[in-house]
Amino acid sequence: MSKLRSYIRTFTLWELWQGLGVTFVNFFKPPVTLNYPEEKAPQSPRFRGLHALRRYPNGEERCIACKLCEAVCPALAITIESDVGEDGTRRTTRYDIDLFKCIYCGFCEEACPVDAIVETRIHEYHMEAPGENIMTKDKLLAIGDKYDAMISADKAADAKYR
Amino acid sequence: MSNDLVKIEVDGKEVEAKKGQMVIEVTDRIGAYIPRFCYHEKLSIAANCRMCLVEVEKAPKPLPACATPVMEGMKVFTRSPAAIAAQKATMEFLLINHPLDCPICDQGGECELQDLALGYGRDISRYNERKRVVKDKDIGPLVSTDMTRCIHCTRCVRFGEEVTGLQELGTTERGENMKIGTYIEKSLDHELSANIIDLCPVGALNNKPYRYSARAWEMAQRATVSPHDCVGSNMYAHVLRGRVKRIVPRENESINETWLSDRDRFSYEGIYSADRLLTPRLKLDGEWQDISWDDALQKLASVLKAVAGEKVGVLASPGSTVEEFHLLSRLADHIGTTNLDHRIRQRDFSDQVNDPLQPWLGCSIEDVEKAGAILIVGSNVRKEAPIIAHRLRKASLSGSNVNVVNHAEYDYYFSLDQHIHGAGLVEQLAGIAVAAAGNNLPVSVANICDGVRPTAAQTAIAKSLSDAESALVVTGLIAARHKASSVVRALSAVIADATGAKFGSLSESANSAGAHLAGLLPHRGRGGALRKNVGLSAAEIPGAKLDALLLFGIEPDVDLSGSGNPVDELEAQKFVAAFTPFASESLLRSADLMLPIGTFAETSGTFINCESRWQSFSGVANPVGEARPGWKVLRVLGNLIGADGFDYATSEEIRDEFAAALGEIAPDNRYSGTRSLSLLDDVDSAAEQQDVPMYQVDSVVRRARALQLTPEAKRAAGNVS
Repeated sequence: MSKLRSYIRTFTLWELWQGLGVTFVNFFKPPVTLNYPEEKAPQSPRFRGLHALRRYPNGEERCIACKLCEAVCPALAITIESDVGEDGTRRTTRYDIDLFKCIYCGFCEEACPVDAIVETRIHEYHMEAPGENIMTKDKLLAIGDKYDAMISADKAADAKYR
Repeated sequence: MSNDLVKIEVDGKEVEAKKGQMVIEVTDRIGAYIPRFCYHEKLSIAANCRMCLVEVEKAPKPLPACATPVMEGMKVFTRSPAAIAAQKATMEFLLINHPLDCPICDQGGECELQDLALGYGRDISRYNERKRVVKDKDIGPLVSTDMTRCIHCTRCVRFGEEVTGLQELGTTERGENMKIGTYIEKSLDHELSANIIDLCPVGALNNKPYRYSARAWEMAQRATVSPHDCVGSNMYAHVLRGRVKRIVPRENESINETWLSDRDRFSYEGIYSADRLLTPRLKLDGEWQDISWDDALQKLASVLKAVAGEKVGVLASPGSTVEEFHLLSRLADHIGTTNLDHRIRQRDFSDQVNDPLQPWLGCSIEDVEKAGAILIVGSNVRKEAPIIAHRLRKASLSGSNVNVVNHAEYDYYFSLDQHIHGAGLVEQLAGIAVAAAGNNLPVSVANICDGVRPTAAQTAIAKSLSDAESALVVTGLIAARHKASSVVRALSAVIADATGAKFGSLSESANSAGAHLAGLLPHRGRGGALRKNVGLSAAEIPGAKLDALLLFGIEPDVDLSGSGNPVDELEAQKFVAAFTPFASESLLRSADLMLPIGTFAETSGTFINCESRWQSFSGVANPVGEARPGWKVLRVLGNLIGADGFDYATSEEIRDEFAAALGEIAPDNRYSGTRSLSLLDDVDSAAEQQDVPMYQVDSVVRRARALQLTPEAKRAAGNVS
């Protein structure tokens, strides 16, 4: 009996019609795709994109070289060297993130006791030459300075859930 | 402490303990951990941190385990609710004034307070008032202070009182206002003082040169051995990305216990000094040029092959490894020279055939503190071997008679029975020898002791040595560098012989014993076999007319103590090849070829210390530049000049070959010279004696930045601060 039903389904192209039915229904639904990059999807303030190092409002680096981010990083993407800074405080002399190693898990941000290392919403970036995947301290601080307003707003929006 | 045993119960388990033991010693032995801050095995009991509170049955309140002696039938509960509540309450009090700066604290990750706060601290503090802040002190270039973090365990204070004998830190005021400090601002000045870094359970006292440069968890811990004195202190190098970041002691009860001298702890800075030699360099027409290892070794091999064997000299630093000495001595055998030496600071070689096969302390380091009477001859022992000085102090504290004969007065920080100084060593020793041996003086010293009348002090020393059950006579480095060191040695041996004391000596650098055994001597070959034709000694080699000279780890201007100016003398030599980690000024002037070799941290090898203990270690750090371990360089050189059997793959192979060639050699200090010794005028005066400053003993220490900033180094340089 089931064999007969199977024959009928095969020769009437029943499953094809079934599929076309889904297509037909979606003709009358609004589209879900976006015309990227003209249109962009909304982002969460918790979006984990490109990293940045932040400063205090008076311009002082936040990072105190505690190396907790380096310790927690599951991909071993962070390399830090530290020393006594000019003002006698604990400072990094090198802070490198290898973007090829990074898995954007956000643990560094979680571990940071002073909110120095953050992952911004920036996700549109590229590298052209070998070595550009290494985000040095200068590059990270520059990103932090440039997008300070956005980072601060995101932190403020997320603060009450932390 | 009596040996009667009592039975107590710890957490329901019956345990036997000695009467008078503290509860914490018993629990530590059986592995029931009780948290503590102020208690330390090597220090007295203070019981002021209150962290080790435990519940004891029938006691109305919790008792501190470190200060509660065991009693028959006592029932101790270390993990009962009452004990844990007491410990948590103590922790809450401790954290009231402790700053929350773990992320910038160098102790973070290895902090006893941090660890225990995790176990006994509350999640959220109930304390909202202001925290105490204490001004930091400047206590010198070795130890950094963050006194706000101090929890007043007073380990550092007790260390000064009990271990070093020089109380540098103390407490002022009381209660919440209590402060640890030096009272009058000054630098720590004891050669063991940096041990307070390890003792401090929090981050109040920390390693200053290491400050903020690494974290405890990211460094690899590798075992090594100290290269700076004859003790061979065990230590760990903490290495980050191939670079030594700091040195900490490795516990070895029979050598350095848990301590480490400042010299051993901070010398690593010298490894990374700016004048490290990075590539082999050759002097061509007076200009230094970088060349490849291949060319450098080929050049050296061609020179060595072209010259006559007996026109070659070898001078090696006594801080080199056994493996390097063995290869150097094998190379010399192949070349056919006996002009090789390592006794770079010795000045008297007249009686060298009667020297012992290897320098030896005469007993184990541990036994020093058990000797009933001790005579130190010609030694600034605190600076020469700080760990031996600590053992002597322990001996003195436990009632031994410690006597010193020196040309000058040094501070010892323990009580001496007789402290003779100001007169010549030979003069004083002759008096003691006469007092000890009476008319039975052997022919070797009879001439010198002729007509000597012992003084009261000299007689007292002789008497205390002969009265004591186990006595010890130790000659130090000032005695070894004496212009009549053979006489000093003979006299000391006579004293030891006549009083039945053990006889020993301290030796220069970490591996004098290894150099002696390997045959880095002009008169003795491997294992002490006498050579037929005696070569030139360390004092003669620089000024001799040689065709080729190999310097191994030597800086001519400061390491050599010949009669003339060694740098000028070497400059006049035909060809000087220096195996050296550093391109020092004196080598740039005097050498013709420089080969970069690794320091103690970059090579594997073995040191034989003053108690004849063989201690092997592996390289802990990456070599700087193109530097290579010395034994590898010598191995290739051996092959290039066509010597047989130079195909070693590891330093262990060399060591094993050497050990097999030596066979059983028991250290023996007996003096068997029968030649009558005589003394030249003037050599015995105080002005003639050489005391090498503590932080100038070898090329690595000389370049250790922090050590050179200490008051000790400044005094040595003549700038009294």
